[in-house]
Amino acid sequence: MTQIRYAGVTVDVNEEGYFTNPSQWTKDIAAEIAKEEGIVLTDQHYAIIEFLRNRHNNGEALSIRSINHSGIIDVKTFYQLFPGAPLKKATKIAGIPKPSSCI
Amino acid sequence: MKRIVILGAGTAGIMMANKLNKHLAGSGFELSIIEKEDTHYYQPGFLFLPFGHYKKKDIAKPVNKLITKGAELIKKEADRIDAEGNKVLFKDGSSISYDILIIATGARIVPEDTPGLKGELWYKKIFDFYTIEGATALAEFFETWEGGHLVVNVADNPIKCPVAPIEFCFYVLDCCRKRGKGNKMKITYVTPLSGAFTKPKASKILGSLLEENGIELVTDFFLGEVDNENMKIRDFGGREVDFDCLVTIPLHSGDPVISKSGLGDEFGFAKADKHTLQSLLFKNIFVIGDAGNYPASKAGSVAHFQAEVLEKNILSFIKNEPLKESFDGHSNCFIETGRGKGILIDFNYDTEPLPGTFPIPVLGPMKLLKESRINHWGKLAFKWIYWKILLPGRKLPISTHMSMAGKKTD
Repeated sequence: MTQIRYAGVTVDVNEEGYFTNPSQWTKDIAAEIAKEEGIVLTDQHYAIIEFLRNRHNNGEALSIRSINHSGIIDVKTFYQLFPGAPLKKATKIAGIPKPSSCI
Repeated sequence: MKRIVILGAGTAGIMMANKLNKHLAGSGFELSIIEKEDTHYYQPGFLFLPFGHYKKKDIAKPVNKLITKGAELIKKEADRIDAEGNKVLFKDGSSISYDILIIATGARIVPEDTPGLKGELWYKKIFDFYTIEGATALAEFFETWEGGHLVVNVADNPIKCPVAPIEFCFYVLDCCRKRGKGNKMKITYVTPLSGAFTKPKASKILGSLLEENGIELVTDFFLGEVDNENMKIRDFGGREVDFDCLVTIPLHSGDPVISKSGLGDEFGFAKADKHTLQSLLFKNIFVIGDAGNYPASKAGSVAHFQAEVLEKNILSFIKNEPLKESFDGHSNCFIETGRGKGILIDFNYDTEPLPGTFPIPVLGPMKLLKESRINHWGKLAFKWIYWKILLPGRKLPISTHMSMAGKKTD
């Protein structure tokens, strides 16, 4: 377990930088992590982050496919908002665990 | 008389019917199983079909021959479930009421959900091997194909039998060696995962096996569209991979009946408790096998271990007792790695596949997470086990819950 300081708050993360305690997350923290990834968060980013956090809290699996069902954006826009590996980046910024497929 | 209805006579449905048949006498329950198809396929055999190891007739049996005496087989197509009214409605307008419903409708591929996948090259240069039609078309194609760049692509998870695409790659190499086409073939495995497989230890071992065999690995690739004209697959971010032949594992969904009945998640997999297998919405509905939105493999072994749990829980439910049995996510599968060898993995919701021996510590005889010939023989013997032990609902000498015996942890 590692601890990192974001926006004046100390949070617990794993070796890849993903939150181990999603309740420590705040919007300010998200903005700082996003900056490290070279992303400036907009309302659209926050909307999808909230969608991801809600799904995680409900114990539902996260996948690229599920973004199309978010009613917020489609997958192509998701790639534009979080370039490269959108699901990995978005979950890191959203302060939830990295999605792992269950085989 | 009260009635238990099983919806679907795939692997899970048939196993459940044959297990419950044993308890019907004097129970006050009758049992019906609904299936629209006449033929049941041994789905693990689809992997062998494209290489001519099996023909269609080797893996097909009539559904009515597989259900033991007791359950009534209804050959009809379900339209939706009226869960409030405890009824299954059929496409022909008739219906059947139930006291207990077991959903065993499985998972299906939906290539039509990816733009271009079912385009002009479908079954000409683009094939699936998850259906009898796809596997048969691919077998015909392979007979005359001279080789080139073969791309094996998983569109996105969840998919049935998550190891099958990797096994497929190893089989292509074996087949090329035998047919003398090895030097004309380049294989690329394109996956949405960040490695060869999901769980770290298995991913590392399978990753090195791909490398040793010269199979290129492209990761984090979520299939966005197929460009038929230029013969490329493209991910949502615009990354491209060229192909001469594309073997696709398309997106999967649950049966349309589930979504239509309001019982599923956004992909049409029925929502149910991952331990008791009881629907989260209606207490007299249970879900088994690939039809469920469980965080477990969509695989026959999972359905088998679930069937043992569900048999007990249904009996408790009938007696108005709490559901005592809990499914732990146990999965067990052979992974063919070519040249007559195979790997065996055994895991559950909480424990990733580990090295060791199976089912007996030290003695094995199966080796976990390691290539061996006996694992390959185990895979071949499995077809007999499937027809003679699993489907008839007999017990295998493997425990329902995953055991740590024989497994090596760090």
